[in-house]
Amino acid sequence: MQRSSTRWYVAGAIAVAATLALSACGSGFSGGSPTSSNGALTSSSKPLTVLIGSSGPAETAAVNSQVAAWSKSSGTGAKVIAASDLNQQLAQGFAAKKPADVFYLSTDALAGYAKNGSLLAYGDQLTNKSDFYPSLVKSFTYNGQFYCAPKDFSTLQLIINTDMWQAAGLTSADYPTTWAQLETVSKKLTDANHVGLSISGEYARIGAFMTQAGGNLMNADSTKATANTAANVSALTEVKTLLNGGSLKYAKDVGAGWGGEAFGKGLAAMTIEGNWITGAMTTDYPNVKYKVVSLPKGPAGAGTLQFTNCWGIAADSPNQAAALKLVEQLTSASDQLAFSKAFGPMPSIKSAASEWKTANPGLVPFLDAASYAQGVPTADGSAAVVTDLNAKLATLGTGDPKTILDATQKNLQALLK
Amino acid sequence: MSTLTSRSRRSGFRRGEAASGWLFTAPTIVIIGLFVVIPVFMALWVSFSDWGGRGSPFASTVNFVGAKNYSTLLAGGGLDEQNFGTALRNNAWYVVLVVPIQTAVSLILAILVNRAILRGRGFFRTAFYFPSVTSSVAITVLWLFLFGTTGAVNKVLSWVGIHGPNWFNDPNGVLHNILSVVGVKTGPAVLTGNTFLGVSWWDWLAGPSVAMSAFILMAIFTTSGTFMLLFVAALQNLGGDVTEAAMMDGANGWQRFWRVTLPQLRPTMFTVLTLGLIGCWQVFDQIYTGTQGAPGNTTLTPAYLSYTAAFSNQNWGQGAAIAFILFVIIVVFTIFQRWVLRDRAVSKRRMRLYRVPPADPRIAAASAAAASDSTEKTSGGAS
Repeated sequence: MQRSSTRWYVAGAIAVAATLALSACGSGFSGGSPTSSNGALTSSSKPLTVLIGSSGPAETAAVNSQVAAWSKSSGTGAKVIAASDLNQQLAQGFAAKKPADVFYLSTDALAGYAKNGSLLAYGDQLTNKSDFYPSLVKSFTYNGQFYCAPKDFSTLQLIINTDMWQAAGLTSADYPTTWAQLETVSKKLTDANHVGLSISGEYARIGAFMTQAGGNLMNADSTKATANTAANVSALTEVKTLLNGGSLKYAKDVGAGWGGEAFGKGLAAMTIEGNWITGAMTTDYPNVKYKVVSLPKGPAGAGTLQFTNCWGIAADSPNQAAALKLVEQLTSASDQLAFSKAFGPMPSIKSAASEWKTANPGLVPFLDAASYAQGVPTADGSAAVVTDLNAKLATLGTGDPKTILDATQKNLQALLK
Repeated sequence: MSTLTSRSRRSGFRRGEAASGWLFTAPTIVIIGLFVVIPVFMALWVSFSDWGGRGSPFASTVNFVGAKNYSTLLAGGGLDEQNFGTALRNNAWYVVLVVPIQTAVSLILAILVNRAILRGRGFFRTAFYFPSVTSSVAITVLWLFLFGTTGAVNKVLSWVGIHGPNWFNDPNGVLHNILSVVGVKTGPAVLTGNTFLGVSWWDWLAGPSVAMSAFILMAIFTTSGTFMLLFVAALQNLGGDVTEAAMMDGANGWQRFWRVTLPQLRPTMFTVLTLGLIGCWQVFDQIYTGTQGAPGNTTLTPAYLSYTAAFSNQNWGQGAAIAFILFVIIVVFTIFQRWVLRDRAVSKRRMRLYRVPPADPRIAAASAAAASDSTEKTSGGAS
C-alpha cells in the first residue's frame, strides 16, 4: 500500500510537471499571433482554407469552382473543405489557433465567436458594404461592429399545392391575405387525407406569425428581450386556434420530419417554408405542383422571418487581406447568382435582386420579403433559449401562450445581464 | 550463466527488474499520460476557468473563475441549470430502466444459449451478439425508421388495434401518461411547486418520454448481446460439481439457479452492472445522430449537453464542468453498487436453512460440516 501510494505521488508529479510544460507552450504560441486590433489586416503568401458546411454535392462543387476561379485570377492558393460537422471543426481550429481562414458562420454562432475574439470584424472594410440588405447587416452586427459579409439569405413564405387548392374550389382570388382568411382556406383544404396547413412546430416557423403581429423575440439588434409582448401572445394564440381547430398540424404529427416533407408527400395542402424547399421539391417530389405566395398579413402588416449565414474570417488567419478579397468576390453579384443557380439561395445584395427575380419568376415573394423580413435573435446564448422555447411550442395546443413567452422572456433577459 | 545466477542471488537483481519493468511500461505510460491524464487535468482546469475556446486554455488571458461554472449548473436558477436538471432527469430514467433490464435479459440469453441441449447454439449466440458489433449510428438510423410515425413498429401495433405513439416526436413522460389514464393530469401542488435543479418534482417523476423509451429499447437490444457474452464465459467457467452436489441435496432447477448459479456469477454481475452503468450515463452517439435532445429536451443527456455547451455555445468551462459532475455521479454510483454487491457473511436467517434438527448426534455433526463446507465454496466462488 505504501509503495503504491508513493507511485501515485510520482505519477501525479509527472502529470503536473507535464501540464506546466504544456501551459508554457500555450502561452508561447499565443504571443506571436497576428491581431487586428490596430485595424491593419495580416498579409502573407500563405494559401487560404475555406471551410463550408455544405448542403450537398451541388453546393460543394459551386463553391469549389468559384473559389478556384478567384484563386486563378488572384494568384493566391485556396482550398475548399466541406465540413462534416461545421461547428466542431471550427471550434477545433480556433482552439488550436490554426483556424480556417474563411468559413460559413451562422447567426446564432456569431456572438459566441465574436465574444472570444476568434472573428475578424471586417464588415466595414468591404467595398460592397452598402449593397447588402440592412436587415442582414444587422444580423451580423455584434456590439456595434459589423463582423462578416452575409453570404446569402432565405425567407419564409406560404407554399400552396395547386391541385389541392383547385380541388377545394379555391381560385387565385382566394390566396389568404389576413389571418382570418388563412383560417378559412386551411379549414376548406382540410379533409380526411390531408390537413390544410402543416408546419414544423418551432420558433423558426411560428416566429413568422409573431412578426406579422408586430413582435419578435428580441429587437432587431438583439439588445432587448421582447418575448412576452401582447403582439407575440396574440401570434401564439392565433397558432393555437389553428392547431385546436384541426386545420393546422405540426409536421411531426402527420408523420413528416419537416413542413416540406409533409407538403411533398401530400399530407398537407399548404406549408410555411423558405426558398430551400424548391430543391427538395425538384429532387424528391417532382410531380407535386405548387405555388409560392406571400404569407398573410397580421394585425401589424406583412411579416416573416429571414435566415442567413455569413462568410467569417478568422482573427488568427495569417492572410486576412487575401481572405477579404475572396469574400468580396464571393459576395459579388456574378458569384451569388452562380450560387443561386447551382443550389438555390437568394443573393444578399440589392444589386443582384432584379436579375434573380427574372431568373426565378415563381419565387419572387421570397425575395420581396427582404424589405420587411426580420432576423432571429443573435444574442450570445439565444440558441439555447430558442431550443427551450421550441420544446414548449411542441405542446402549444394545450399550453398557455403567455406562460410560454414569460419563461422565454426570463431566459432572454438573463442573457443580456 | 553461472555469473548471472550468482548475481541474481544478490539484491541488485530486484533493482534491475524494476528498471526494465519501467522501461517496458514506459510507452504505455507516456501514451496514457499524454492522451488521457494530461487532457483530463486540462479539462479540469477548463472547468474552473473562463476559457472561450480560442487558443490555449493556459494562455495568460484565461482567468480562474473558481466554481462559477459549477454553481451556474447546480444553483444558477437560469436556463443552464434547468437544462442540466432536465438532462440528469432523462439520463437517470434511462439508467434506472436500461441497467437492470439489460442485465436480466443478457443473463437469460446466456443461460438459454449455454444449455447443452439447444440446437444451433452457434447460430443463436451470433444472432444475439450481432447488434453489439453493429455501429450504434447504423442502429440509430434503423431505429428512426422502425419507430417512425408510420414505421414498422406502429404498423405491427395497428394489427392488434393499438394506435401507436408518435415515438421520436412524443415528449410526454411515460409515467405521466399512465397517471393521466387514471385521471391524474396535474400533480399535487407540493410536487409541481417545488423544484430541484430547475425542474419541478412532478417533472422529475414524469418517467422517460416516449422518445426516450425508444432509445431505452434500443440500448437493451444492442448491449444485451455484449453482456450475454460475459455471462456465457462466466457460466462456462463454473464447475459442474457444485451444481451436482446441489442436485444430490434435492434442490430443484429454480433453487439451483437462485442459490447456486447466481451467487457464483456475482463477480461477472458486478462487471456487467458497472459497465452498463458507465455506458448508460455516457450515452451520446444515439442522441447526436438521432434526436439531438428533441422532442422537448426529453432526450437531452448530460454528455450531449456538455458537447453542445462547448461546441455550439462556446461555453467551454460549463461543458467541462458538466463532464466532471457526470464523472462524480458515475463514481458514486459505482461505489454504491460495489457496496450493495459486497461479500457478506451468511445471515443467521439463511443459516437456519442449512440446519437439520439434531435427532441423531452423528448425523447432525456430519450435516453441519457439510453446511460449512458449502458456505465456504459459495463465498470462495464469489470473491
